[in-house]
Amino acid sequence: MLRVSWKMLVGDTAKYLGILFSLAFTTLLITQQGATLLGILSSTTSFIDSIGGVDLWVVDARVQNVDDIKALTDTQVYRVRSVPGVAWAVPLYKGSIKARLPDGTSQNCQLIGLDDATLIGGPASMLSGRLADLRNADAVLIDEDAARDKLARRDANGQQQAAGVGATFELNDHRATVVGVYRGQRNFQSQPVVYTTYNRAKTILPNERKLLSYILVRLQPGADVVSVQTLIRQSTGLRAYTGEEFSSSSLAYFIQNTGVIMNVGLSAVMAFVIGGGIAGMTFYDFMLDNQRYFAVLRAMGTRDATMVGMVTLQAAGVTLIGFGLGIGAGAALLRFVLANSEISLTLTWPLLAAVGSIVVLVGVVAGTMGLLRVLRTDPAVVFK
Amino acid sequence: MSASAAASSATALRCVGVTRSFASSAGPVPVLRGIDLDAREGEVLFLVGPSGCGKTTLLTVIAGLLRRDGGECSVLGEDQEAMDKGQAADFRRANIGFVFQAYNLIPTLSVAENVSVPLLLNGRSWAAARRDAEAVLASVGLADKADESPSRLSGGQQQRVAIARAIVHAPRLIVCDEPTSALDHKNGEEVMRLLRQLAREKGSTLVVVTHDHRIYDYADRIAEMDDGRVVRISTPAEAARHDQ
Repeated sequence: MLRVSWKMLVGDTAKYLGILFSLAFTTLLITQQGATLLGILSSTTSFIDSIGGVDLWVVDARVQNVDDIKALTDTQVYRVRSVPGVAWAVPLYKGSIKARLPDGTSQNCQLIGLDDATLIGGPASMLSGRLADLRNADAVLIDEDAARDKLARRDANGQQQAAGVGATFELNDHRATVVGVYRGQRNFQSQPVVYTTYNRAKTILPNERKLLSYILVRLQPGADVVSVQTLIRQSTGLRAYTGEEFSSSSLAYFIQNTGVIMNVGLSAVMAFVIGGGIAGMTFYDFMLDNQRYFAVLRAMGTRDATMVGMVTLQAAGVTLIGFGLGIGAGAALLRFVLANSEISLTLTWPLLAAVGSIVVLVGVVAGTMGLLRVLRTDPAVVFK
Repeated sequence: MSASAAASSATALRCVGVTRSFASSAGPVPVLRGIDLDAREGEVLFLVGPSGCGKTTLLTVIAGLLRRDGGECSVLGEDQEAMDKGQAADFRRANIGFVFQAYNLIPTLSVAENVSVPLLLNGRSWAAARRDAEAVLASVGLADKADESPSRLSGGQQQRVAIARAIVHAPRLIVCDEPTSALDHKNGEEVMRLLRQLAREKGSTLVVVTHDHRIYDYADRIAEMDDGRVVRISTPAEAARHDQ
């Protein structure tokens, strides 16, 4: 009878496709909204998450998130180094600067200045060149997206030429020479991220008394994190976050102080309500259309358990196929978007599981409503 | 089969003092007021009478789809109301065939698949059910329509498919509700001829609710109902004489 049940469903082509399309569209929308949200959230803390091997981030005590930079003096690095339990501490600069390209156009960039001696905090994945090449004169590293697009230059024929090793541009009237291209996580602003050394960054930037953004700290083996955090606060007045704490507080600040969660979340909820509603109602409508035939089957002696199996197969079938189509379309869309834009989208297994759960919920609700309708139908209606 | 059923093995249907009322805002409305009726195995029994006299309600009670308020009603010696819901479904599946006024063929299944449904319900494989369905379709003259959609058939053809579906699993009782009312005279006669012939071949008892005087000749006995009671049981010839 399961085969009969499936044929009853797919035989009504318009409704079958309607249910599938609704579920697939719901899946696609929720997946896209979820991936956008995850992409935005991960991009807000990608700078912290991308720097490994660091136990503490030391910042001004008033700093609330990674982008809320309150500059420190260079002498703070030495004070932090003197705190018991600190193995080493290095400066890190992060700020904005305008790049002027050879064709005369300009581009806002993030400039990261790494400790000259250790280059700690540099990108992990180099596509060309070497991190150590940053010690060359005028050297900078740029990210692959920027190399391909925003820091690319146009040749005499108007063709865009990717900026590779050897390419040059100006940063605040200072010559910058690309010595490497790296692969990094996209940031929230989708700006090129240019790495150089801390001291070169200071020469490039306008002269200011305070330029230091963060102090990166590694603890001595066996040192207690909380104790060292307390000692740093007591001896320097600065705040020391673990990477996880800094990432979480930055994320929390972003969530609490921007409308992005509400907006994207609302879109996801609307996708769920509208798409799920249409799918559920179409399935329920299918059940209503077939109510008489289900009644005929019950009159002919179909047990309730068999009816449950038949309706469950129909609901589970359309749910799984709709989900599969939606996820397939979603993955294809994400792949296309990621390959052709700098939009930050993140598709994770937990997101897929969450979307799957939501779509299954739609299927369960619709199937249960339809099933109740079928089981409550008096088989005697076949004679009316 | 129970001991009482064994004692009356030739009786396919036995109703004694069956009553049934329906609720209304003015209170219970009695529809069956004490029906006494029986049918022998292999008999063709017509239930006739004016609209609202309780024919279809009685048929529904006989089929086990509606509970009676009082009296006794056994089919093949078994009282379906004494069974639980699952057992009653099993009993109907094995022993009762249905022919409806509106055919009630599932539109998204082919003709052969519709006819296969009772066999599938009784545990036959898809292939075996299909084979038997095609054989029965051949006997109703629709062998060439097995893969058609029911919607592409005429009313008469659809009712013949419904007959094939009702009889394909050789039920011992077939209940028919106005099987010819949607058909013209020629198709109505053809449907009744087939129904009677196939029922005879399978040894099934036919209980037919009808308004259609033109098919009375296909009955062995005719039970005339009025106002919730069986007022006369007669042969077709006696009924015709009475009508004159």
